[in-house]
Amino acid sequence: MKSAEKQNARKNTDFTDVISILDFTRPMIERVLGRAQQLENMPRPQKAKILENKVVASLFFEPSTRTRLSFETAAQNLGARIIGFSDANVTSTSKGETLSDTIHIIENYADIIVMRHFIEGAAKRAAEISKVPIVNAGDGANQHPTQTMLDLYTIRKEFGKIDGIKIALAGDLKYGRTVHSLMYALSQFDNVTVYLISPESLAMPRHIIEETRKKLKIFETANIEKYIKECDVLYATRIQKERFPDEVEYQKVRNAYVITPQIVAKGKPSLRIMPPLPRVNELSQALDGTPAALYFKQAANGIPVREALLSMLADAKKGTGG
Amino acid sequence: MAKDIRITPIKNGTAIDHLNTGSAYKILEVLDLRDFTVTVGMNVESRKMGKKDIMFIEGRELSKNELNTIALVGKGATINIIRDAEIKNKSELGYPESVEGIMKCINPKCITNAERIPAKFQIRKEPLEAKCFYCEMRMGEKEIISSIKSD
Repeated sequence: MKSAEKQNARKNTDFTDVISILDFTRPMIERVLGRAQQLENMPRPQKAKILENKVVASLFFEPSTRTRLSFETAAQNLGARIIGFSDANVTSTSKGETLSDTIHIIENYADIIVMRHFIEGAAKRAAEISKVPIVNAGDGANQHPTQTMLDLYTIRKEFGKIDGIKIALAGDLKYGRTVHSLMYALSQFDNVTVYLISPESLAMPRHIIEETRKKLKIFETANIEKYIKECDVLYATRIQKERFPDEVEYQKVRNAYVITPQIVAKGKPSLRIMPPLPRVNELSQALDGTPAALYFKQAANGIPVREALLSMLADAKKGTGG
Repeated sequence: MAKDIRITPIKNGTAIDHLNTGSAYKILEVLDLRDFTVTVGMNVESRKMGKKDIMFIEGRELSKNELNTIALVGKGATINIIRDAEIKNKSELGYPESVEGIMKCINPKCITNAERIPAKFQIRKEPLEAKCFYCEMRMGEKEIISSIKSD
């Protein structure tokens, strides 16, 4: 199995790092999702041989619970050993070591590096200089490509396809990196309709709309109920108080985008709710356990998607780094 | 080249013509020309442009990076390479597809500012936009010009 598995991985690998969703074409995304599905159905003992004798470094310069734990679970499920840290204060970074130096050291210890960093572009820089694959688990407000992959996987698993899906992105569309990445990723698919629902002050950046308009049908509104009947998916993001210049502005919109059972009841019976957790107040707990609530399944899908990416990177051939 | 201005032609070097007014000053700021004889004409009458800036740099043919810098500051400028008092090469400067090390990323949280590594950008035209290779920050024309390094 070992050699067949490796051959399969090689055949499917056409990327050497996972840095930005913008680097992924539709065929690449589909290969990742296909691999995730394959791994989800693979018996554990078989799966545990894929990264046998490999070391995955989990470098979290910034706190994270779900992303870190799901990456580490994915790596362990594949049989890898894990090294790393979840607090940069315990590392040489706190003594002023540069990211470049940290990467040059860890690349000698690990076969794959998963990293989250508060500096934007940190993962891209690491990929540029590292001789082993880098997986971006979030770089500041910039990219979080594996979240987008798991969002796509969740949609595909639930609806059997991504083409033709009608999805509402609601809440903070200005600062939310997950909705930006999702827009770009969805624009790789056919006949996708996106309803952008936000207060004007938190609207989707124009450049993203302009860049995706050719492929996506886009409708904008501030009213969450306007297109609810059309939607297959309602992707709700949290409106954060700190994004508003004053309290009054925040109070005006804070409850306008809270997803309640009453709002969901106005949609199709097949409507599914997908917020990127953690939730604060954007989603009523009364929805938990209802057919519409896809969010815990969505979080669980992080495992096969991250397993897929790690397994595809296991045999990636990088240059010598810099 | 405008013949009605009192500028001594150069024998060898680079003549930059058809610069938007104000560009010459910016080019002097961003290119290191301290060791060369440079003649500058600002707000010179031009049939084609109304007013323009022109520059003559004696004894210096500009590098690709320097030409990219000029292209961002003054799109449409004409570069004349002069050898033995003759124009050997004439070209209109278009926007480059990418630039490296000539300007800073305006995102204070970008790795290029945190670790002082040369910033790289993809350039998009119409309207002019530079996207940071690392943090994906997008900069418009005004931000590009103001972020071109002046050191």
